[in-house]
Amino acid sequence: MKKKYQAVVVGASMGGMQALKILLGQLPEHFQLPVIVVQHQVADADGFLVNYLNRQCKIRVKEACFNEIILASNVYISPPAYHLLIEEERTFSLSVDLPVNYSIPSIDVLFESAADVYGEHLVGVILTGANSDGSQGLDKIKKAGGLTLVQDPTTAEAPEMPNSAIQATKIDHILGIEKIGVFLRGLADD
Amino acid sequence: MEKEGKQLEIFEIDCLLEAILLRYGYDFRNYAKASLKRRIHNRLMLSNLDHVSEMIPKILYEEGYFSDFLGDMSITVTEMFRNPAVFKCIRQQVVAKLRTYSRINIWNVGCATGEEAYSIAIILEEEGLLDKAHIYATDYDNEALSVAKKGIYPVSVMQKYTDNYLKAGGLGSFSDYYQARYEVAKMKSNLGDKITFAHHNLMRDGSFAEMHLILCRNVLIYFNQTLQNSVLSLLRDSLVHRGFLVLGDKETLSFSSVEDEFEAFDMEKRVYRKKNLT
Repeated sequence: MKKKYQAVVVGASMGGMQALKILLGQLPEHFQLPVIVVQHQVADADGFLVNYLNRQCKIRVKEACFNEIILASNVYISPPAYHLLIEEERTFSLSVDLPVNYSIPSIDVLFESAADVYGEHLVGVILTGANSDGSQGLDKIKKAGGLTLVQDPTTAEAPEMPNSAIQATKIDHILGIEKIGVFLRGLADD
Repeated sequence: MEKEGKQLEIFEIDCLLEAILLRYGYDFRNYAKASLKRRIHNRLMLSNLDHVSEMIPKILYEEGYFSDFLGDMSITVTEMFRNPAVFKCIRQQVVAKLRTYSRINIWNVGCATGEEAYSIAIILEEEGLLDKAHIYATDYDNEALSVAKKGIYPVSVMQKYTDNYLKAGGLGSFSDYYQARYEVAKMKSNLGDKITFAHHNLMRDGSFAEMHLILCRNVLIYFNQTLQNSVLSLLRDSLVHRGFLVLGDKETLSFSSVEDEFEAFDMEKRVYRKKNLT
């Protein structure tokens, strides 16, 4: 039987590094799903975030590359200054189009293209942030039949982004940051 | 229902692209679908239409609508000396190798509004090579090309470009290369004299001169692998032996059909060099 979920997309902004460290740190090395992350970063950020998370986590963390095939047991971080999108062939594509929600990469851009490709087999997660990027994308995931998770705003360093997502669409689970990784592990074992 | 809608939209997009090809000769069928779809959706919203198929009659009968669509498809986000480290490498490593040629041809593929072509011209000027160089800067977007030809940019971006120029190893003062008047800055005409801005459509047109250096940055990311490979073959065929190819900072030749025909000259900066035939 086909697995219920095939991918997890995560959007994070202000306070995201700490939140991602906690969430991704709870995933096992051989986590059954690919995890694709947009974290807002300055355009000339170096590879610090990827290296830091890779050191902190058991699961492999790497930058998402153009044309790369998306595989389970990998966490892919969007490169700074590019939008990250997913193609029907389950590969990554990039774009240097204008910012969306003042952001490049934009969480909405990733989430909307992922919802197109994975439909009901997608899990979308909105973490801490001080803007409203990701809300529309999470709504699109919900409308395509996917599962929506939001970090409990009271546990978020910046609650605006989770709050905005909660207002924008139906959220399946609002969880404290300590619980999200555990919850995802449960989904992957189903 | 959801699945059926998705399938229908794939048909609609295929029909739209087919219509554009038949009517105007632009072949977007091998564009990477995810961002293509995103841009089609933006245009759909701006046009107050519900379905992609409703765009087809407008595309066929309204040339103005098609040129808007063409504008949507062409990404013109660029700046001078974008990724300064790359231009520093071109200045310090690549230009040294180009010096030996009696004439230097450079092709700036997908030049958009021309900032990159002027950046290269400035480097050549400072390295004393501009006189024997010619820069071909091409794009399929005529509107972007007309901006490029004028060489007029908002004065507000010049500070950023000055920073980039210095980080890229600029030897002089960036303000020597333009004249500011009111809100605009016009690039010096001796730079533009060495650049031919011309229409060229990678989906259709071939090679037109033998090049020593090709810059094709953030062009391939919009194509699927079939079109990536056909464009890369065209670029390979356009290069002299040991010619240089510079890609965007997230683009690579790995897994492409021409991978074995190039060596990495500076992998981190995405500067490749064509191998000698053995």
